[in-house]
Amino acid sequence: MATTPPAKASGHPPNMYPIACDDDVVQFRHRVREAAIAAGLRLIDQTKLVTAASELARNALEHGGGGLGEVCSPETVGRAGVRLIVEDDGPGIPDIALAMTDGVSGVSGGGALGMGLPGTRRLVDSFEVWSEVGVGTCVTVEKWAL
Amino acid sequence: MERIPIVTLGESLFVTIQVDIDDRLATTLQDDLMERIVATGARGVLIDISSMEVVDSFMGRMFAGIASMSRILDAEVVVIGMRPVVAITLVELGLSMPGVRTALNVERGMALLDQALTARLNSVGVDGELADGDDAPG
Amino acid sequence: MARPPASAGKGLAAPVTSATPQLNGGSRSLLASLLSERRKQVLDAWVRAMDRKLESRSGQTSEADVRAECTALLDALELAVAGDLSTDVKSVEYAGVTQLVNALSKDRARQGYSPTETAIAVFSLKDALLGVLEEACADQPELLVSEIKSMNALVDDLGLQTFEAYMAGREEVIVSQQQSMLALSTPVVKLWDGIVALPLIGTLDSERTQTVMENLLVAIVDTESQVAIIDITGVVTVDTSVAQNLLKTVAATRLMGADCIISGIRPQIAQTMVFLGVELGDVVTKATLADAFRVALRMVGANLATAGSRQ
Repeated sequence: MATTPPAKASGHPPNMYPIACDDDVVQFRHRVREAAIAAGLRLIDQTKLVTAASELARNALEHGGGGLGEVCSPETVGRAGVRLIVEDDGPGIPDIALAMTDGVSGVSGGGALGMGLPGTRRLVDSFEVWSEVGVGTCVTVEKWAL
Repeated sequence: MERIPIVTLGESLFVTIQVDIDDRLATTLQDDLMERIVATGARGVLIDISSMEVVDSFMGRMFAGIASMSRILDAEVVVIGMRPVVAITLVELGLSMPGVRTALNVERGMALLDQALTARLNSVGVDGELADGDDAPG
Repeated sequence: MARPPASAGKGLAAPVTSATPQLNGGSRSLLASLLSERRKQVLDAWVRAMDRKLESRSGQTSEADVRAECTALLDALELAVAGDLSTDVKSVEYAGVTQLVNALSKDRARQGYSPTETAIAVFSLKDALLGVLEEACADQPELLVSEIKSMNALVDDLGLQTFEAYMAGREEVIVSQQQSMLALSTPVVKLWDGIVALPLIGTLDSERTQTVMENLLVAIVDTESQVAIIDITGVVTVDTSVAQNLLKTVAATRLMGADCIISGIRPQIAQTMVFLGVELGDVVTKATLADAFRVALRMVGANLATAGSRQ
């Protein structure tokens, strides 16, 4: 696992957070929680969003070799809610369609590809995944206050 | 290094997981628990997660792992105090935690441990004698 | 970091390659400089145009308020268009502008303006900008045409933004009302020490399931219950998705350390479920609430017996 310290002062825009180590995942969850509260999300929706953020951040760390997480405020999203963009420069997902199918028993987060994307998708209101083999992966999710 | 404290509660071990547990702490807990189970011969483990606002798939797998490993070491695990929003989120996530028993609070958790251990006893051999019966802490 | 190519991106700054000839060192900067140098002219023209087109509303909002709103918007617009060549109102440069447009929409809606009237207020800006552009490009018809085209597209987007904001506002109201109704229609009843019941009436769609789960789980915590009886006598249709939602609720209840009994299974429902291949797994099901209650008592009683034998 990479041991580079979080690049907090390396010129990232204020709402973009490095995901390079364990602690970064925890910090990212905190930022997401703050944004969710600020956007007026109910507790259950806050929890779902923060859980989704944790899943995505862990994926970026474990499968993507580290990455970046961006938290977008309601103004940028255009409605009361939060948008998260988690991206990495990892190997990419060869078969996105396959990654988006549930395991046989409906259990994700440990399924064949270990990425738990279908489960994460159920936690949010809008879900987009972009990936290119050899380039990286970018997952964009939104949770609305409605 | 920071560790999650494991407390002895009668014949059982008791762990309280705080809000911000990271992966390293979680893995260390797993190791520490197994060591303590062996060292104390504990038959039950209560894990209090009432402070956890989020349980993701990593933590879910960890709980399942702790349950399986404990069973091999002849101990039962009960997770107590799951928050409603966490339960709903876990179900939506599709995460099943096979072998993880749950209870509302400490009292129920202890009762459940009792039940589980009694069931185990009753399912062991005709004479009901355990190989390590004499070693059980009294 | 890996991001999808600009054309597939959302919310990313995607510089638009302008096909129009850059006659004066950047067509964007012309609008920006006009907004800065001829601000008063634009503002006055805009307010006048709004007044003219929304005659029925004249006097409703104080002129001072209208001017203040418009000034703020023009400030933000000037900043946004002075930036690079982006004309995408969804991009980050325009965040300030869209925020103000949304606020203006909400404000007008609250005052009773229809969404069309609010849009007209924004579209009136075209009249004002058209005027100053005509003056500035008097001898350059080609430049004038290209400037008008891009200004037109920009204001169109802003006008459409007011509609989206209006819709979002209405949705918020509807959903909050829905939630109140849902909360009122899923009461959890304590039947006995350790036993709660939830009579479901109507549908069990995914929206409702969320509320049901929340109410039920919180009630279980509050009453320290061990058994929850979900009575579906009042649920009209039980199809695969309803069954899945029921199973979700059962799973969540179990995670809390309690167990579920589903009662009110009419013969027709049993038939439908078998026909659809719905698997309720190991969930206990009973025909009536009374039957379920009897089973629940046993479940709770059994635990009491165990506690007793420990002493």
